[in-house]
Amino acid sequence: MALMQIAEPGMSPEPHQARLAVGIDLGTTNSLVATVRSGIATVLPDAHGRALLPSIVRYVDSQRIEVGYAAQARQADDPKNTIVSVKRFMGRGVKDVAHIENAPYDFVDAPGMLQLRTVAGVKSPVEVSSEILKVLRERAELSLSGNISGAVITVPAYFDDAQRQATKDAGRIAGLNVLRLLNEPTAAAIAYGLENASEGIYAVYDLGGGTFDISILKLSKGVFEVVATSGDSMLGGDDFDQRVFCWAVEQAKLPPLAPSDMRRLLVKAREAKEHLTVHGEAPITARLSTGEVVDLLLGTEVFCSITQTLVHKTLGPVRKALRDAGLGVEDIKGVVMVGGATRMPQVQRAVADFFRRDPLNNLDPDKVVALGAAMQANVLAGNKPQGEDWLLLDVIPLSLGLETMGGLTEKIIPRNTTIPAGRAQEFTTFKDGQTGMSIHVVQGERELVSDCRSLARFELKGIPPMVAGAARVRVSFQVDADGLLSVAAKESTSGAEASVTVKPSYGLADADVERMLRDSFEHAREDMHARALTEQRVDGQRLLEATRAALAIDAGLLGAEEKSSIENAIASLEKLLGGTDHRPIKQAVERLNRATEEFAARRMDAGIKRALAGRKIGSL
Amino acid sequence: MQNHFELFGLQPAFAVDADALERSYREIQSKVHPDRFAHAGDAERRASLQWTTRVNEAFRILKYPVTRAKHLLELNGVDVAFETNTAMPPEFLMQQMELRETLEDAKDPCALDALRKGLVQQKREMEKAIAEAIDAKKDYAGAAGLVRKLQFLDKLDSEIDAAYEEIE
Repeated sequence: MALMQIAEPGMSPEPHQARLAVGIDLGTTNSLVATVRSGIATVLPDAHGRALLPSIVRYVDSQRIEVGYAAQARQADDPKNTIVSVKRFMGRGVKDVAHIENAPYDFVDAPGMLQLRTVAGVKSPVEVSSEILKVLRERAELSLSGNISGAVITVPAYFDDAQRQATKDAGRIAGLNVLRLLNEPTAAAIAYGLENASEGIYAVYDLGGGTFDISILKLSKGVFEVVATSGDSMLGGDDFDQRVFCWAVEQAKLPPLAPSDMRRLLVKAREAKEHLTVHGEAPITARLSTGEVVDLLLGTEVFCSITQTLVHKTLGPVRKALRDAGLGVEDIKGVVMVGGATRMPQVQRAVADFFRRDPLNNLDPDKVVALGAAMQANVLAGNKPQGEDWLLLDVIPLSLGLETMGGLTEKIIPRNTTIPAGRAQEFTTFKDGQTGMSIHVVQGERELVSDCRSLARFELKGIPPMVAGAARVRVSFQVDADGLLSVAAKESTSGAEASVTVKPSYGLADADVERMLRDSFEHAREDMHARALTEQRVDGQRLLEATRAALAIDAGLLGAEEKSSIENAIASLEKLLGGTDHRPIKQAVERLNRATEEFAARRMDAGIKRALAGRKIGSL
Repeated sequence: MQNHFELFGLQPAFAVDADALERSYREIQSKVHPDRFAHAGDAERRASLQWTTRVNEAFRILKYPVTRAKHLLELNGVDVAFETNTAMPPEFLMQQMELRETLEDAKDPCALDALRKGLVQQKREMEKAIAEAIDAKKDYAGAAGLVRKLQFLDKLDSEIDAAYEEIE
């Protein structure tokens, strides 16, 4: 006798197959990958049991690449080809990087983002970062024995659009399906909040290797809401090393150093800093290539005094975030410490003094971000049943605006606006017969455009000639859930329309990404076609599942004809899915997407009606 | 024009139940947020992005007194005209000028704290007057003048923020 399958209405009769999703903390100093297994978030170690992967990439020659500890071991011997702290260069030009003179690289100043000349050719920071991500992807695939369906990659909350776009591109080049870019302090808040079932207003103080973030969050059951965020994307543990390095150079009266000696002494400076976390003094000894020997002793007091301004520098953004949130220190229920640099006693003291309470240190500051990212990845992958998942409401860290007459900034979306966010503003022509308008998109808080970061410039053409002030140019900004901006402009008078959409120019052009993908697969001797086919199949399968699940619940929203057109599209995609060419699959996916457009919109409306129907309506 | 109160199932009024608004906002978000559709098809993801954007914007408008009042007046056919109508009663302008002078002289956090405290009080009174004009008297044209004043006070508030930043 055959057993009957029993399933809840609306649920698939097959046992729920959890999708493999990972959270990646792509750090300045170290990177980690974590996943949720049997409901528990865990960091995935390498074959030697090490959780951290030093964010160091060494181009050995034109073929071989070392990442992590192997690269770290050779950094002083081969400084030009061994890239450390590459995160500091993401989405940045040469003039943006502090202490660039102390970085032993061969920089190439390219428009938008600097590049590095190595033995393997000129590399963009995006490509270097993708090497780190690739190692983490392989680590995860090996340890989970399967293909990763998606990844959440964390970024500093204070990263601007260019830095975010660069990070997402790096993920794509590493062959990852980037489900979301998640702000690091928010990830930490998820891990901390879930672990401790916290409710109330919390501050997350996140001092990493190269970046500083402060986020104020409201935690309540099932909701993580960022109220305000601030920070400094050019301040972190590296700067403390730099101070110690400069102190050592001065004390030992050293002449300008060769790149390898610079790196050697920087490593010693960092070791001394770490040593001082638990000891009263730290030796700094190094033999330089010139034969000269550096032999110094750094005491806690001197260390605190040479780094005092750095610690102090973190408190400005803290005050600003509190002000933006409309809160005082007395409103904060706890301060969660994140990032390796918060281990420094002077940082702990400064935070305790400011908030007038002991900071919370009960999670490993190196791992908490990756763990939170893994939890979020698990939710995004749909592995959590509704009701057990949570809602995450994050914000943009910096205002987005346009350049107006006289080089002034007009803010369109102010900082700390909840994302996704969209807003439009109308502009007009100022000359008779004007047929074009140049649009300059900027990010930042300052009034002068020259003090803000330029994100994109584009030209709207084809405005019908009119008298000055008659044209209506509507510029709309859309920020998605990753905090990434796209801008569209449209002229609409007398039916004439001209429209253009841009992605900010700091991101790589699609062609660049494609080239890097190609290079990277040639390098790994993977078959590009096979990869594309696998990806397209996964994509198609995902869409089939999602559409079937939607039909199972909401088929009632469709007319007979609409339903059959969707079913036809499903059938044709299903048939093509087994084929060996990725292109027809892609076309079938697009067809099904088009067929479900109206259905998707109706489902969304129905969802809202259901949400509201459960309650009494206002005070009717 | 869209009625943002309807979206959240609320009666249009200046005196809004902040808790009910937030509850409703979160309930809708939990249905439409992109995090719920990370693995869905393009069509659903696009619809989710559009809806979430709209819900966020509507929530922001209802959350802050000035934008909420402006929206209510627009629903009733009155344009607040922040840009074009800058006429203010002379006594209000005098008082504002004095406050700005005090702000310019405020060189330490204590002075700024005191200034802000007074401003918070003044804003609260203004909001009360707006609620009275809109909700009770339905005097929308009269309310417009009050909303412009409140906007003025908001601006001073952000200037105080800038002053804090300056002295830090």
